[in-house]
Amino acid sequence: MYRIIRAQALAPTVTRFEIEAPFIARKRKPGNFVMIRIDDHGERIPLTLADSDPAAGTITIIVQAIGKTTKQLCAKKSGESILDVVGPLGTPTPIEDHGKVVCVGGGVGTAELYPITRALKEAGNTVYSIVGARSRELVILEHEMQAISDTLFITTDDGSYGRKGFVTDQLKELLDTVPGIGAVFAIGPLPMMRAVANLTRPYAVHTLVSLNTVMVDGTGMCGGCRVTVNGTMKFACVDGPEFDGHTVDFDELMMRNRTYVAQERISEELHVCRLTGETREAHR
Amino acid sequence: MSTINPLKPSERMKIPRQEPLEQDAAARSVNFLEVSFGFDMDRTVTEAQRCLDCKTPYCVDGCPVGIDIPGFIKLVIDKDYVGAVRKIREANYLPAICGRVCPQETQCEELCVMGKKLTPVAIGKMERFVADYEMREKLFTPPVIRDHREEKVAVVGSGPAGLTCAAELAQKGYKVTVFEALHAVGGVLRYGIPEFRLPKEILDIETERIKALGVEILTNFVVGRTATIDEFFDEWGFSAIFLATGAGTPTFMGIPGESLSGVYSANEFLTRVNLMGAYRFPDYDTPIRIGRQVAVIGGGNTAMDAVRTAKRLGAEEAYLIYRRSRAEMPARQEEIHHAEQEGIKLLLLTNPTRIIADDQNWVAGIECQKMELGEPDESGRRRPVAVKGSEFVLPVQTIVEAIGQKPNPIIQSTTPGLSTSKRGTVVTDDGQKTSRPGIFAGGDLARGGATVILAMRDGKNAAAAIHTYLTDRRSSTTDHA
Ligand SMILES: Cc1cc2nc3c(=O)[nH]c(=O)nc-3n(C[C@H](O)[C@H](O)[C@H](O)COP(=O)(O)OP(=O)(O)OC[C@H]3O[C@@H](n4cnc5c(N)ncnc54)[C@H](O)[C@@H]3O)c2cc1C
Ligand SMILES: Cc1cc2nc3c(=O)[nH]c(=O)nc-3n(C[C@H](O)[C@H](O)[C@H](O)COP(=O)(O)OP(=O)(O)OC[C@H]3O[C@@H](n4cnc5c(N)ncnc54)[C@H](O)[C@@H]3O)c2cc1C
Ligand code: SF4
Ligand code: SF4
Ligand code: FES
Repeated sequence: MYRIIRAQALAPTVTRFEIEAPFIARKRKPGNFVMIRIDDHGERIPLTLADSDPAAGTITIIVQAIGKTTKQLCAKKSGESILDVVGPLGTPTPIEDHGKVVCVGGGVGTAELYPITRALKEAGNTVYSIVGARSRELVILEHEMQAISDTLFITTDDGSYGRKGFVTDQLKELLDTVPGIGAVFAIGPLPMMRAVANLTRPYAVHTLVSLNTVMVDGTGMCGGCRVTVNGTMKFACVDGPEFDGHTVDFDELMMRNRTYVAQERISEELHVCRLTGETREAHR
Repeated sequence: MSTINPLKPSERMKIPRQEPLEQDAAARSVNFLEVSFGFDMDRTVTEAQRCLDCKTPYCVDGCPVGIDIPGFIKLVIDKDYVGAVRKIREANYLPAICGRVCPQETQCEELCVMGKKLTPVAIGKMERFVADYEMREKLFTPPVIRDHREEKVAVVGSGPAGLTCAAELAQKGYKVTVFEALHAVGGVLRYGIPEFRLPKEILDIETERIKALGVEILTNFVVGRTATIDEFFDEWGFSAIFLATGAGTPTFMGIPGESLSGVYSANEFLTRVNLMGAYRFPDYDTPIRIGRQVAVIGGGNTAMDAVRTAKRLGAEEAYLIYRRSRAEMPARQEEIHHAEQEGIKLLLLTNPTRIIADDQNWVAGIECQKMELGEPDESGRRRPVAVKGSEFVLPVQTIVEAIGQKPNPIIQSTTPGLSTSKRGTVVTDDGQKTSRPGIFAGGDLARGGATVILAMRDGKNAAAAIHTYLTDRRSSTTDHA
């Protein structure tokens, strides 16, 4: 059992958790993630380690409630527990001094981007950050990102905060006006990462993306997370989750991620009903 | 000659080999309950009387851990079932498991003299009966541990190799911690071999017994990530380490269409069902999608388990596609036979060449070609060669590839100085020693895919080697002091 020390809402559907996991806290590096399982009937899902405190023995995850497991998790309060947490998994982000870098976060992807941005800043980079969201209340970690960025831009699809438009609009402007950008780090929904990679390709700027494939074990034993990168098969959980965005077959990945859409709906509907006190069996 | 068996050898040879009780094929092909009920008490005693109690028991040579087979059989004749299982446990810590999954027909039973002219003694089924009897009647008593040693030993991986090593070392008095990457104990016994061949309750009971020896088991711990081998020595205070992480990384055929939705590795397919409980979706959250027609590629135990699982999940047609002939199939005969009874269709001398998609990027079919057997290859088996123009398309919506696994590289790549082979296995000597002092390895990690009982043998050998290593080290440090 892994105890939740603190649960804090960051946005209407986004919650930040500090969880007791001393071994993981000691070893976490930017880009690492954990697999969690809430209870005995639960699914294993991957979540990025947004932060950790080795002295306190805690890790931080930031979760957006989008389906059965994440909704169930986001309903948890301080003092409650999660059955299984394992990590830190994945290959850590290579952190170097590129001179100037742009860090692009979309939606909850900003949470995944935060530890990488901080490490890039600490490594001496000049950091331009772009945080995108659909609307004002969905912008997360603004102050945290502000503190570790030389310049922070915010974009919202509806213009309710920051610049109206997409993160790619802001990124294009930077690429056109700021000379010497050494690398771009983009984490967010797949269409966003694909758009960023397509945008930077003609500029020949190295672009790292973090792929959210479906995962089961997270340790390289199922192959469910396989993606095609540069024409070869890679396992996102061990070879990634970050890859050179210019070599990723995004179309294939977007298709694969739809594999369980029908089941996810069943799972979630049953969950919603469970909140009203009815059993899952009653809905079969 | 035994004083216990009342029958003369000629009379013993007249008794037919007993047949196990089994769930009806039609009923079991739609449930996950155990297929074989094994022997009841009468059958066990009758079967025991067939044993000739040979002066030179060849059967024992066939058992990788050298169980005193005639010895335990005599106790069965005497109806001392608990005595019999204790006798077995002197050599094999997991009899209820081996009695179910050992390929007996190529091990102990293959060498049984009764098999020369008649049928071999059903050693495995008797082993299973006495182990189940002890469990059912709750007659297990844990061994008394007399010695206590200061040294701490880490065992990495909780499959049969790791569990056996941990049990042996604990009985020698060492403080043992087992580290397991997954949330549950057992390795392939948990996530690979399905409930209908090995009920997980048995594994749970065995795990509790190993814990009762004082072994600590830490799940959710990926060695190489959560902590490294060198940290185990330098910071955690372990004096020796046994690596038993198995061969859990799936390989894919490399044919076009493998990234379509509906293509699984056998590991993913079986893990979703066995470890995550997908066969009870939506009561369990992990989903699995199964088509009306399913093709499983491969000819080993893994392929067999996957195809029989697919049938149980509701596939109307479940095909097994194998490129050689039936005689070359590495799967156990009993399993092939069971599969056929359950309506699995074997497509032999058939090789997949391409996976075909529908307009939603889902699997719609698999293109195959017919093969014929040519000259023998390095493995001594006749090499399959494609028959020109024999391509055909089989309509399927789910494909499971069970063509082999290799060791997971996480530990090897984070442990400097640990030698590995081209196949990715960790290199060991006969005593399970690796290239690094204090680190031992065994099971599928050292062998590539093998068997449960060979993994257990490695675990036992490693425990003995670790004991010698630590005893030598202790005396050499006392010498220097
Ligand atoms: C390396 C990695 C890091 C991630 N980090 C974060 C994070 O820090 N914060 C966060 O909110 N989300 C993160 N995600 C996404 C998160 O794992 C999914 O939102 C979650 O699995 C959805 O599960 P669900 O049951 O709530 O929703 P479901 O309704 O089951 O699924 C919704 C969608 O989530 C994806 N998904 C479903 N099951 C899995 C699975 N087992 N593994 C991976 N994806 C799945 C699918 O695309 C699916 O369509 C990360 C994903 C990956 C691969
Ligand atoms: C589907 C299937 C059916 C089979 N059927 C039979 C059969 O009928 N009879 C038979 O004799 N054999 C059978 N086999 C083969 C047999 O199961 C294996 O040979 C045996 O389990 C190997 O045991 P092991 O202890 O070496 O490894 P495993 O059983 O593979 O266990 C290794 C364990 O180590 C863990 N691990 C891996 N990496 C790490 C890490 N870095 N840190 C911590 N833990 C880690 C894994 O999660 C796993 O739990 C079958 C295999 C499969 C896949
Ligand atoms: S452990 Fe396996 S090989 Fe040995 S006697 Fe039992 S069934 Fe036979
Ligand atoms: S070889 Fe066969 S008959 Fe002889 S002791 Fe072994 S089991 Fe009995
Ligand atoms: S999640 Fe299973 S191999 Fe990556």
